[in-house]
Amino acid sequence: MQETERPGGRPRRKWPRRAARYLLLVAMSFVVLLPIYVTVVNALLAPQDIAHRPPILFPSSPRWSNFATAFSDANLGIYLRNSAIQSVAITLGAVATSLLAAYAFTFVRFPLRRVLFGGCLATLMIPAEVTIIPNYRTISDFGWFNTFPALIVPFVASGLGVFLFRQTFRALPRELRDAATLDGYGHLAFLARVVIPLSLPGIGAFAVFSFLGAWNQYLWPLLVTSSDSSRTVQIGLAQLAASDFSRVNLVFAGTVLAALPIFVVLLVFQRSLVRGLTVGAVKG
Amino acid sequence: MGRRWREAALGYVLVVPALGIFGLFAFYPLVRTAQLGFFEAPIFPGLPSHYVGFSQYFEVLSSSAFLGDLWRTVLFVLLTVPAGIALGLAMAVLAHKRLAGIKIFRTIFSSTVATSVAVASVIFFSLLNPQVGLFAYWLGQRGGGGILENPTWALPAVAVTTIWQNLGFTFILMSAALQSVPDEMTEAAALDGAGSSRRFWRITLPLLSPQLFFASVVGTIIGFQAFGQIDILTQGGPNNHTEVLIYDIYQTAFGQNATADPGRAAVMAIALFAILLLLSAAQFWFFQRRVFYADARD
Repeated sequence: MQETERPGGRPRRKWPRRAARYLLLVAMSFVVLLPIYVTVVNALLAPQDIAHRPPILFPSSPRWSNFATAFSDANLGIYLRNSAIQSVAITLGAVATSLLAAYAFTFVRFPLRRVLFGGCLATLMIPAEVTIIPNYRTISDFGWFNTFPALIVPFVASGLGVFLFRQTFRALPRELRDAATLDGYGHLAFLARVVIPLSLPGIGAFAVFSFLGAWNQYLWPLLVTSSDSSRTVQIGLAQLAASDFSRVNLVFAGTVLAALPIFVVLLVFQRSLVRGLTVGAVKG
Repeated sequence: MGRRWREAALGYVLVVPALGIFGLFAFYPLVRTAQLGFFEAPIFPGLPSHYVGFSQYFEVLSSSAFLGDLWRTVLFVLLTVPAGIALGLAMAVLAHKRLAGIKIFRTIFSSTVATSVAVASVIFFSLLNPQVGLFAYWLGQRGGGGILENPTWALPAVAVTTIWQNLGFTFILMSAALQSVPDEMTEAAALDGAGSSRRFWRITLPLLSPQLFFASVVGTIIGFQAFGQIDILTQGGPNNHTEVLIYDIYQTAFGQNATADPGRAAVMAIALFAILLLLSAAQFWFFQRRVFYADARD
């Protein structure tokens, strides 16, 4: 027990404050976790038990088979695979195109460089929601409905990526380029062997940001996919909830399956994730 | 001369992949959307649409349907942004002190970043279902129409779902902001006899005002783009009470049968673009400034 002397006040004990703080922390945790906890519990019940009143909050005999059923019968396995392919491809594509463009904007001299960079920045002001009508037609003209190119190609370039990578590259010491030139490195060798290895934390943060954005997409995949074999997990889950509420336990199990990959990413890449999420947000 | 030319050619080759995608899926469709707004749908489906110039813009933007969408969108932002930031900040303040086990609480508080809009919406959709949902049961509903079919409570329910889904992100953002407040400032105030709530309101909060402003702008931008939760929870209903701008664009552009009207939807999309442009200009201006500060410090 500690006591602190306050000027003009009587000595106060610290522990009641500390206890109050823990109480608030636990209360807030309860608010945050309650929907998740109930979802997991319901995912382990039989359909009739979910409707049981009063509600069951502790499953006595958890039905783990619900997850297997959701994965195979309710197609969650296919949806998850589609989302994984889409998100990984978008991340790789956006990182690659952004690296190349940012490199050119930093280290290569060519006419209209500033104008073209301004063009990249301008795309930050054009949200995907605004352009869905013509983009939907473009995909239709290309015959890309229900295909991966429709889910991937529009997103393999990122104005934010170009901007962030250029910022990262500009912070590298100028002498590096001169030294690399003396060593006989061309532009591409300099990019691959010096610039990219030195920029890995920034690239990682952007990659996590990009992956999360792709994984969580809703409006665009809803527009360009209609078949079970091409739906992403977000759309598949929403359709399951809308159409098959008689097997509501599978809806809950599917929800857990859909969220699980990102929970794992959160735990493994916590540091990069925090950086990635606050990219472009609070700096310094 | 030859070397210079080769260098320039390399530059173009490197920027072409990104700029090609931007051209095809950002710049072209933006121009095309603005242009679509000049064409009015025919009275009978199947006939070609005809050029009407700006008249469709005037007509749509002054229609009560559009103004209603806009009002509901603003209401949605007002319901989600201040409450979300206040809650996220409160959590960040709680988790800021070094206490035993604080890391566990930090992980819990940021955990909803793992929930997508679809996951969060399906959770609340199920839990608010009057037949099977636990929340509906706690709210005293036994069957019948649920809260999502209630004209008064549907939009607040969508807002609560949104606040919960974004809570992890807001918490992370606010925690990072809190870290930018130098400890010496609050310690000095403590020495002067300021209590903890006084320190928070007089020192910490004013110092956080740039970040709070930034978070509000970002929150407003996200709010104007909120689509998934509407689609999953209410589909704009009951009786249009959750019909926000983006959802009306979607329904108008891609509505079933003969109700699809791309021209009308394009006008609303351009209006949304203009609103978001103003908001992201504010955000971008702010971001640039901070980045330049960071540069200057190095």
